[in-house]
This record gives sequence, structure tokens and C-alpha cells, in this order.
Amino acid sequence: MAKITLSKLRHSYLSTPKSDSDYALKEIDLDWTDGGAYALLGPSGCGKSTLLNIISGLLVPSEGKILFDGKDVTALPPDQRNIAQVFQFPVIYDTMTVYDNLAFPLRNRGRDEATVHQRVMAIAEMLEVTEMLEQKAAGLSPDNKQKISMGRGLVREDVNVVMFDEPLTVIDPHLKWKLRSKLKELHQRVKATMIYVTHDQTEALTFADQVVVMQLGEVVQIGTPVELFERPAHTFVGHFIGSPGMNILPCELQHGAAVFAGQQIMLEGPIQGAAEGQTEIGIRPEFVSLAGHGLPATVTKVSDIGRHTVVECEAGGCRINAVTEGAAPEKGSAVHLAFRQDMTRLYVDGWLATAPANATGEQGAA
Amino acid sequence: MKTENQKAWFFVLPVLALVAFNALIPMMTVVNYSVQETFGDNVFFWQGLDWFQQILRSDRFHAALGRQFMFTFLILIIEVPLGIAIALSMPRKGFWVPVCLVLMALPMLIPWNVVGAMWNIFTLPDIGLLGYFLNHVLGISYDMTQDPVAAWVTIVTMDVWHWTSLVVLLAYAGLVSIPDAYYQAAKIDGASNWAVFRFIQLPKMKTVLTIAILLRFMDSFNIYTEPFVLTGGGPGNSTTLLSIDLVKIALGQFDLGPAAAMSLIYFAITLLVSWLFYTLMTKDDLN
Repeated sequence: MAKITLSKLRHSYLSTPKSDSDYALKEIDLDWTDGGAYALLGPSGCGKSTLLNIISGLLVPSEGKILFDGKDVTALPPDQRNIAQVFQFPVIYDTMTVYDNLAFPLRNRGRDEATVHQRVMAIAEMLEVTEMLEQKAAGLSPDNKQKISMGRGLVREDVNVVMFDEPLTVIDPHLKWKLRSKLKELHQRVKATMIYVTHDQTEALTFADQVVVMQLGEVVQIGTPVELFERPAHTFVGHFIGSPGMNILPCELQHGAAVFAGQQIMLEGPIQGAAEGQTEIGIRPEFVSLAGHGLPATVTKVSDIGRHTVVECEAGGCRINAVTEGAAPEKGSAVHLAFRQDMTRLYVDGWLATAPANATGEQGAA
Repeated sequence: MKTENQKAWFFVLPVLALVAFNALIPMMTVVNYSVQETFGDNVFFWQGLDWFQQILRSDRFHAALGRQFMFTFLILIIEVPLGIAIALSMPRKGFWVPVCLVLMALPMLIPWNVVGAMWNIFTLPDIGLLGYFLNHVLGISYDMTQDPVAAWVTIVTMDVWHWTSLVVLLAYAGLVSIPDAYYQAAKIDGASNWAVFRFIQLPKMKTVLTIAILLRFMDSFNIYTEPFVLTGGGPGNSTTLLSIDLVKIALGQFDLGPAAAMSLIYFAITLLVSWLFYTLMTKDDLN
């Protein structure tokens, strides 16, 4: 177990990268604390798997360093980093039994059979595969195969970090949930640092204590699921997390206040910095309500998603989603939208530019 | 409810007819010859299993069969490991892949009799490139028309040159189908190169290798043209393989009865050994 530090990490798959866009990873500085459960979340091609492979040592970064507990491991091969990785498609050794599969990493490291046996039995029990131990691994179902490849990672006592690269891709939906809670339980039992790569926000938010959101080779935000939901640091995070995503409305700034479609919108707090560039208001559909006053809008679509109703409205040439409970208006009707003020953010060039009012104490609730 | 539908058989009929004409009927004529004696003019005398007895008891047949097994054994023991080794050392991606594949495929594109003629000229002691080099530059006495060992070395080398590519291409196809994640996982698990070969590459190549071994067995066991053109079975009878001996009996001596019996025995052995190979190599897949 170790604390993992990524320092000024950059990676390009080209031999002579010229511009910033040639980099799959653009300057990453990160600390992963010992024993944390992290998720690396981002759309396909955002560089999350590249980052994972750099940590595991399968890839050597073009620039920058990786430190395990302060020790530089950038040049070390995977087997000397003492890490474990679970891949998208379950990797098992077909010709071996489940027991031999689990024992493989230990035997390769020359552990004596007594230790091997004790560890394999412990891990098998943890993964609930004890009754399959004598079976040939080739005949297992995909979810059990994935369990075995997880087990091969966990069987070593001293793994620094266990990494999961979209491990539930090939698992049936009804088993995904089971395996995910198994993972969470394993994390609590073995207390190893775990990094979970996924493009599925549900997987990321349920597994991780801290979610690292990536886009185009950059880390846009690191935070708890609640932080990501409530205060997205970037419009991308607001958009990517949540269903439906955050409403992003282009606005103008007049005397320090945001104006959208001729209406002044009250922000959560004062604007930080110069606020030059493209300005946008960000508000989650959950905090938009249909009211007797506020922004006039027309309902364009109403979808019932079970517990809530998503009301899609149009105002000032923009689409605004509102999540409501209870009676929803008819399609085509005119409504007024009210934004919850402490949840209304301003973004400048995509980045969060407002601070909460109570943090600065300048503005009370209006 | 399952509905039985036999109409599919109609689709098989043309193939059945074709196979009957090019395999079953010719083979039945062989069966016909194998149990009768003829002196021409379509006059036949019933002979029973005499020809089979005669062949099975003949020293000549035993010797040819022994040579045949020896030849096939050498071919398999050399070509299969060599083919795997070459496939393992070929690049998996990049510019050199098509180059390697084409180079590998080239020997297989050459007709059998041309291969025999090429190697014949290549190894002639006085004018052949290899023969001249061995005899006159290195001073090694090498003449496959005189020396049985040289003849054997030549026919085996020729077959290795001609057919190892088949094993290479099949093994390579198996290798490239292995996802990168397997190698990455093996690296993380601390597996040695040998362990990667033993537990990842070999199992993944198993199916194609089964096919490769079967094909190489059948082809080398039935080989005729190349050694016939190269050595004609000589010097003496040292490279007279089963097929060469069979043709000598049938067309040289015109002993059609014994030749027919011999070809049926030959066929039965090929079939039996192929079945044995296949059963042994696939028995793990059943459980």
C-alpha cells in the first residue's frame, strides 16, 4: 500500500509531439492517498486508460514522474511496482484451474506452497469462489472470470494499488450491480488503494470516495460524488455527470450580474477574477422549478422517468431542463422557471467563476 | 415444438455426387483390384485377401513404411517447433508484417515438382550452388545421388523449406488473435517469458496448431512428387517412401492387385494416425 504521486506527467503516443493536441495526457499533477477508492471518469478517448497504464508501468510517460510513497518508480516495469490491474475483458489462464490461476502471481514470485495455499484460500473465500477452485478456469462465466482476474490482483498481500480498467463492460447488467458491491466490500476489507476507470457515471459515483473527472487528456475536477454533483468545477463535469446534465445557458454580465434572455439571474455569490471571455450560467435541472414567477419559458417536451418528470423548456433560444415531482405542465404551455439561487453558478470559459455567498460573507440569501 | 425438416439433404446431394465420382467410385475400383488378379482383357480371378497378406508380410513394405514414418517424424519434429519459433519472432504490427507474411508464403506457392527440380539442381555437387559450396569451398563430401545420408538430409531440408511456412502462418494467426491485455496481465503477474508461452501463447495457438500438425502429418505421410523428382527413391532404395514404392509396384511392375491392396493399407494407416492425432490433441476440450 502506498501513496501515489503523479508529478508533471505528460504523455504522447507520437515520437515527436509538436502541439498540445498531440498529447494524450496534458500535464497531470495528482496525489492518490493510501487506501483511497478512486474513480477515473471520462468519455472514451479522454486519456484515462493511458493514465492507468502509466501508473501500472505498461506505458512509460513521455514526461514527468510517478512516485510510490515518494520513491520514483517511473522506470520500473509492472512486476516490480507491485500493482494489480483488472482489464476490460477478463484475463484468465485457460489451461489452469481456478486455484492455479489465483496462485500464479505468488508462484511466479517464488512464494512457498504453504503461503500460496493460505492466500489463495483466503482470497477465494472473499470472492466466494471456493467451490470452483478445482474447476478449469476456461469454463467459467464472464463474471466469475472477472472475479478470478480480480483475485489474481488481490492475492498478493502487499499490492500498492489495484486498478480496474472498465471491468464491468462484459458483465450482464444484473450481475454488474452484484460485482460492484463486491468490489466496494473488497475495498473495505483489503484497504488497498483502488483506482477504477470507467465512462459510466453510476459506476464511478457508487464505487469511489473521490472521483477524478478527465476530459481531453486533462483532469477537470477531483471531488466526492456530492461535490461533483453540486459544484462542478467545469461545465464539462456539469454536463457529463447527472442525468439529464447541468443546464448551461450563455449569458451576459451587466454590472456584475448575470443576464440571460433579458432577465437578471441571481447567482450564488460574487464572481471571482476578471470574468472576461465566454460567460455561462450553470444550474442543475434538479434546482430548476416551475413557479409563478421567474424566467418565462415554453414547455417543449415532458418525459416521465419514473420517480421524477423531466420538463424540457425553451427560453431565450436555449433548452432548459427542469426536474419536477408531481404534476407536470402540458407540452406547449407557458411556464415560469425559478432557479435556486445557491445552486446557480457562473462559468467563464467553461470554468467555475462564482464562490458561495457564505464563504465570502458579502451577500446574504436574497 | 420441433418440426423435422429433411429438405436440407437436397442441398447435400450435389456434393455427394461429386465426391462419389472423384473419390468413392475410383476407390471402389481400387477395392476391386485388391481382391482379384487380372492378366488384362478385363479377365479377373478372385483372390480373396491374398494380396493384403502378401503386402503385410513383405519386408519391402515394412522397410518403406519404416522410412515413411521416419520421414514424417522428422518433418513434424522439425517443422512444428521451428514454425512456432519463427511465428513468435515475427513482428505483430508495423511495416514488416506484410513483408514477413509474403516471404513466408512464397515457398508454398511453388509447385511440388518445381520444388523437387530446384533442389535437385541446387544440390548437384559440381554445378549446384549448395552442392558446389559444400564440396569445393567447405570441403564436405556431399552427394545425394551417392550417399543415403545426404539424400535424407536433402529431402528433409527441402520439405522444411517448402512447408514450415504453413505452420508459421497458422501459428502466427493464433498469436495475433491474443489481446494485449493477456500480455499486460502476465507482466503484472510477474510471469516469465516461458510462462507466457506455456500458459498464454500455446493454449491460444492450440486449435490452429492441431490443424497445422494434422495437415503436415497427412501431407508428409502422402508425399510423392518432391522426393520422386529429387532422388527418385535412391540412392538404392534409401529414400523410397511408401508412395514412391506404391507407384513402382503399380506402374513399374504393373502388379495392380498388390498395389491396390497396398494403397488401401496405406490409406487405412493415414486415416488411423490422423484420427489418433486429432483425438489426442482435442481430448482436453471435451471436459
